[in-house]
Amino acid sequence: MSLLNIRNLSVRFGPAMPVVDGLDLSVEQGEVLAIVGESGSGKSVTMMALMGLIDAPGIVQADCLQFDGTDMLRLKGRQRRHIVGKDLAMVFQDPMTALNPSYTVGFQIEEVLQQHLGLKGKAARARALELLERVEIPGAASRLDAYPHQLSGGMSQRVAIAMAIAAEPKLLIADEPTTALDVTIQAQIMELLLDLQRDQGMALVLITHDLAVVAETAQRVCVMYAGQAVELGHVPALFDAPSHPYTEALLKAIPEHSAGASRLATLPGIVPGRYDRPLGCLLSPRCPYVQERCHQQRPALEPHDRGAARCFFPLEVA
Amino acid sequence: MSTVLEARALTRHYSVSRGLFKPAATVQALNGVSFSLQSGRTLAVVGESGCGKSTLARALTLIETPSSGSLQIAGHEVAGASHAERKQLRRDVQMVFQNPYASLNPRQKIGDQLAEPLLINTRLSRAECREKVQAMMQQVGLRPEHYQRYPHMFSGGQRQRIALARAMMLQPQVLVADEPTSALDVSIQAQVLNLFMDLQEQYQTGYVFISHNLSVVRHVADDVLVMYLGRPVEMGPAEALYTRPLHPYTRALLSATPAIHPDPDKPRMKISGELPNPLNPPSGCAFHKRCPHADERCRSERPELRLIDARQVACHHVERIAG
Repeated sequence: MSLLNIRNLSVRFGPAMPVVDGLDLSVEQGEVLAIVGESGSGKSVTMMALMGLIDAPGIVQADCLQFDGTDMLRLKGRQRRHIVGKDLAMVFQDPMTALNPSYTVGFQIEEVLQQHLGLKGKAARARALELLERVEIPGAASRLDAYPHQLSGGMSQRVAIAMAIAAEPKLLIADEPTTALDVTIQAQIMELLLDLQRDQGMALVLITHDLAVVAETAQRVCVMYAGQAVELGHVPALFDAPSHPYTEALLKAIPEHSAGASRLATLPGIVPGRYDRPLGCLLSPRCPYVQERCHQQRPALEPHDRGAARCFFPLEVA
Repeated sequence: MSTVLEARALTRHYSVSRGLFKPAATVQALNGVSFSLQSGRTLAVVGESGCGKSTLARALTLIETPSSGSLQIAGHEVAGASHAERKQLRRDVQMVFQNPYASLNPRQKIGDQLAEPLLINTRLSRAECREKVQAMMQQVGLRPEHYQRYPHMFSGGQRQRIALARAMMLQPQVLVADEPTSALDVSIQAQVLNLFMDLQEQYQTGYVFISHNLSVVRHVADDVLVMYLGRPVEMGPAEALYTRPLHPYTRALLSATPAIHPDPDKPRMKISGELPNPLNPPSGCAFHKRCPHADERCRSERPELRLIDARQVACHHVERIAG
């Protein structure tokens, strides 16, 4: 059975169209899955729903939201807190706001250890030091007593990762973990995350908008558009031959694709908002291959031999 | 083609207070940057945060006065220019900022914001201004009815189009763009980059394009200036610099940039550590603490820019490293 099993997840805020719309997704043990999409595609909200971080008036509905055999929707607050932060951990985009500015780095890591593993005093301190060394913080012993403002962005992100892996989670969700960082630091952090994933055999869900990062790290990809999964596939097959027009457009819009050309290939228009959703396929107003049927009906996510695509006329392998 | 912007050893130091009883420290945010930009060409400035990219942008747009060095805009020296002359020079250098949400006035209609540069700098009548604004709006892909709207009614990509339109209203000689697409999604970024290229082709504006995204830079730039801790480390034609980076830092940057189809021949070089504290820069070469090729000479002696293969490189060991 999959480690994480999501069936027909919808998240809505108010009466408008849902932010996440009928999402199916599964994550296997020890797998690296990337969720890619532009802003507002619902990629972060999906994982926040899983963590139980959607507060009223947000409404989370799903046929199944199962993590490691537990139905996450049915859990009460106290039970949820036994799982979240222990078996299911998250690293956020902005390390500067993810850490509490009023406590030392050591204290914040020890808090996780005490809460979830029952470690106290010297044992907790020793384990916290070990964790800081594991995330390759230079001079780890002296950093235990540092406050977050004394650390650089890259260092803070390392501390946030140390906190997330403190209780050896089965699934680590990294929400744009390197977007706020410089490119050389990004390379270091991605390498660290993959190292940890291999060492501890944990699954990693990487939420990002950067397709190049996905190409270099993930095993499987879920492409989201306007709250729906539009394509599922494996790396690198999906990058060599995307089957959904949106995935193809995203790849073409990257400057790397148009090397030598003076203009970049673009997808006209913008993502439909909550109030101007088209009747048919959500991509139909922007799609270069649009046909009559696309304007009338919504396609479903259909599996095919290389993955799955939400399109009536999926692209063939060139 | 004429030279629209020429910087010679441009330097900007800031004095930073370290508390009541300690002497103020100096941050050398920008140190000895020289380049010249021709009309219709694009110079890209790349480097990590804290390398002096934005200080350079502020110096070029006359927001900051350089501590030393000279800057010529369209052949006119900036230092020593009178107030009226500076006003005229400012016309010729316009800027597009990173965050289109913050660089537009939320309380002013788009049409009025676009007309403002004309009202201040030209003697055109209101009707003529309006006409020019409408023409520019059409050019950047905005509809005429957008004239009466406020910034919050637009998406990020549209706002960046508005910011670009405002910068181009006076048809400046030089446009300085500070990370103009890093707040945008990939598909919107492609639209905005195309617009940048179209406008440059039409008006032959010289662009100074500041970015940390090396794949975007490769697409737009004719020449690339790589900076590290306030100093230029490598400068040269974009294509040569990308296919055969000479400075170890350039190599590291290119190696760290992820790619959809990774090039197997790409030099693989991971660097450890982070940018040093600019208050206390390392002796010798600023990069030596992170450089895998560093030796005794790098620790003690700062490398000057040298001309190698039509490129300027600041490294003692270029010949040995690049082979």
